Amino acid sequence: MDLLSYSAVELAAAIKEGKATAVQAMEAVLARIGETEGTINAYVTIDKEAALAVAQRTQEKIASGAFAGPLAGVPVAVKDNLCTKGILTTCASRMLGNFVPTFSAEAVTKLEHAGAVVIGKTNMDEFAMGSTTETSAYGETKNPWNLAHVPGGSSGGSAAAVASNECFFALGSDTGGSIRQPASFCGVVGLKPTYGTVSRYGLVAYGSSLDQIGPLTKNVSDCAAVLEVIAAQDEKDSTSIKREDTDFAAALLEDVAGLRIGIPRDYFGEGLDAEVRKAVLAAADALSGKGAVVEEFDLGLVEYAIPTYYTIAAAEASSNLERFDGVKYGYRAQEFDGLHEMYKKTRSEGFGAEVKRRIMLGSFVLSSGYYDAYYLKALKVKAMIKKAFDDAFANFDLILGPVAPTTAPRLGESLSDPLKMYLGDIYTISVNLAGLPAISVPCGKDTKGLPIGLQLIADSFQEKKLLRAAYTYEQLRGAFGMEH
Amino acid sequence: MSVQYAKQYETVIGLEVHVELATKTKIFCGCSTEFGGAPNTHTCPVCTGMPGTLPVLNKQVVEYAMAVGLATNCEITRLCKFDRKNYFYPDNPQNYQISQLYLPICRNGHVEIETADGKKSVGIHEIHMEEDAGKLLHDEWEDCSLVDYNRSGVPLIEIVSEPDMRSAEEVIAYLEKLRMTIQYLGASDCKLNEGSMRADVNLSVREVGAERFGTRTEMKNLNSFRAITHAIEHERERQIELLEAGQQVIQETRRWDDHKEYSYAMRSKEDAQDYRYFPDPDLVPVYISDAWIAAIRDGLPEFREEKMARYKEVFDIPEYDIGIITDTKHMADLFEETVAICNQPKKVSNWLMGETLRLLKENAMDAQDIRFSPGNLAKLIALVDGKEINSSVAKEVFEVMFEKDVNPKQYVEEHGLGTVNDETALRTTIEEVLAANPQSVEDYRGGKERALGFLVGQTMKAMKGKADPAVVNRILKELL
Repeated sequence: MDLLSYSAVELAAAIKEGKATAVQAMEAVLARIGETEGTINAYVTIDKEAALAVAQRTQEKIASGAFAGPLAGVPVAVKDNLCTKGILTTCASRMLGNFVPTFSAEAVTKLEHAGAVVIGKTNMDEFAMGSTTETSAYGETKNPWNLAHVPGGSSGGSAAAVASNECFFALGSDTGGSIRQPASFCGVVGLKPTYGTVSRYGLVAYGSSLDQIGPLTKNVSDCAAVLEVIAAQDEKDSTSIKREDTDFAAALLEDVAGLRIGIPRDYFGEGLDAEVRKAVLAAADALSGKGAVVEEFDLGLVEYAIPTYYTIAAAEASSNLERFDGVKYGYRAQEFDGLHEMYKKTRSEGFGAEVKRRIMLGSFVLSSGYYDAYYLKALKVKAMIKKAFDDAFANFDLILGPVAPTTAPRLGESLSDPLKMYLGDIYTISVNLAGLPAISVPCGKDTKGLPIGLQLIADSFQEKKLLRAAYTYEQLRGAFGMEH
Repeated sequence: MSVQYAKQYETVIGLEVHVELATKTKIFCGCSTEFGGAPNTHTCPVCTGMPGTLPVLNKQVVEYAMAVGLATNCEITRLCKFDRKNYFYPDNPQNYQISQLYLPICRNGHVEIETADGKKSVGIHEIHMEEDAGKLLHDEWEDCSLVDYNRSGVPLIEIVSEPDMRSAEEVIAYLEKLRMTIQYLGASDCKLNEGSMRADVNLSVREVGAERFGTRTEMKNLNSFRAITHAIEHERERQIELLEAGQQVIQETRRWDDHKEYSYAMRSKEDAQDYRYFPDPDLVPVYISDAWIAAIRDGLPEFREEKMARYKEVFDIPEYDIGIITDTKHMADLFEETVAICNQPKKVSNWLMGETLRLLKENAMDAQDIRFSPGNLAKLIALVDGKEINSSVAKEVFEVMFEKDVNPKQYVEEHGLGTVNDETALRTTIEEVLAANPQSVEDYRGGKERALGFLVGQTMKAMKGKADPAVVNRILKELL
């Protein structure tokens, strides 16, 4: 059997049973990368030798019984904004073109301790700012379903790698939809955990109060297995939370009987593509057929989510990205006259247009005289949005809707109109503002053959409900992956 | 005042005092705060601003800040937060400093000061916690700057006073009061010359009787009480001369040059940066409970005023001595611990007031730098009391003890400094001295009392100082 057709959990089981080895799995992935990476460009960095060497050592540990979990020996792709000790970590920016961290992100370390083997670092929008993976300084990633289309973003490289079997699963980060939207565009499963569930230590910050690391996987079972490994309180991240309920695989039950699912009318209004609408509502019907109680409601405040998000995320980003100054690491302009010009040239040359746009926006909303009118007001709206979700979850277990208004746009179509690109985040952004968990599951294809994603949103710490409903839906839906 | 002005002026002064806290580790990481060390050896990814790193608050910093706040009669902010102060400079690795703007930990306090003009209360506007920056080192030969991040992330508190002071004398009294209080808390050693206490002086002048404050300037780089006093006097005169000449004082930051006794403008208000403060999303708010405040309050030490009153009651030593001994907690602790062992307050006080102060002055040291232990001082006193050594040997031993905290008993034994109590041997030596100095013997017998002193001296010399002078006197008189 072709190893690549296994899910992550299936592969680990096969390796455990001795039917395959971690080395064979890595070789299969690297061979696949050899065939498709030239056109897809899902990765920024791959060190084949190192990946194989680690796979070899991992195999020995599996043989000795040191690794026994459901990810032992499984090759993983890591988004390039997660620090990896000794491996280039660029954030898809020229600014960090030479940056090799001295430590690994906590989530990566957790995976390594579970026996997963890092293949390399996946492409993304520069510093996770973008929805298409076209703002990368290392070339755009293409959608494996149709190479003329974007994979989504910012975790576009991770989603494309999973969809094209260039890895068995991947890590991404989600600040306003950056896991769920590319997962939707590439027909894979992506989950954004409750804020504080996965340590942010080692994640190069974009919008610190919104950023969460999460899995991109071939199916819901893999998603639960990965989340189980990476969800843990970390004393290095003050915002991480202690949770007792991280046995997520236990939630993989085909049972939604009595589950109350709310469909926000606000998510099905103007701007939503008809084919997306149809596929998502069909998924709701399917769950209803299994006993879920599906009902429409008005969530409210949806139109405020985008301006609120771009105010808060840009404000935090403008500060978070100050450390990239050419002094300590990363890019430094070649010629300059004095400190001030060194800063100016380094940052002008090192950052791309979208990053500069958000730094300027963020600096503006924090500046003296505008702080109250923009930043402080945005924080108040954020609290109101959270309240609207609290009210909704008083009546529902889950909220169901689309991930994005359309399927993947064509390459080059989005960047020319950033405001339109920002509007594409409308269904995902509120989830980050409210700190909630949400999952993206493939629920069909449009007439162009591009995948459509179903989004399920739960109250804080209710990932198990998400996984149970997503798993149930996945069983109803049947196989989805690309033909390879 | 030597200069006479057309009008009468009042000086209005407020202080911003930065104090480096005495925690073992930095405010947001586990690196050592120890002063010195090769450049960039007390650093980690967090305090060098590496991408992906996050700050984790050191609880001890909060507790020290609370203790200083309680000791200065502040209200403690029950929910306090950290904010980012954004500005670019290479000694600031993240290009933002984590500080507190919106919800500082302590507010609305005051301290009592005393000057020649009497007692006065100085208001404390707020105390906030923040991280220190690294240090830039300029290499003149290579024409480049290097940065040392050892100090980056060392915890600071900034104590902001109300504009309640009116003279250099009051400023010094206020600073002395803060220094004393904070040292007693053990929260900092508060050394101006080493930078663990730094004061920026905000000063304005106004006509006596005027209601509104004048335009103020902020003076930086004041590294001693002397510099602060001089800078205040100069700045007062500079501002008054501007006003008398019909000019205006410009709101600006000035830097004091202690060698030239002169200050120059660093930046005006117009150049002031917009720090774009906002709450740091990487840190969670600090909730301070009543129980936590109570625990810190219970742990406050006995401060100087209470200590002085108690000493007056309990120990029979001069008030002047009490003042000096309680000037630092370190010396007061040393005094009390030694007395607890030997129960001789008078003698302990004498050692501290005499030899200890002399050696501190000679070595340009602060009382906080005293290294000898109470146990050893008590042993030394016991040696003298037991006449095992004489007083001049005791001073000699004390000097060694002051330097190296040696065990005096052991030192005396190892160096054979014990008093010779063998009278037969002493008698033999004295007989030799008398034989060698017939003129002095004759003089004494002829009624010249002074000759006896000479003979005692000669005997002590022959005994290498190890005789009890009283015994020598007695035997000499006997033989003469």
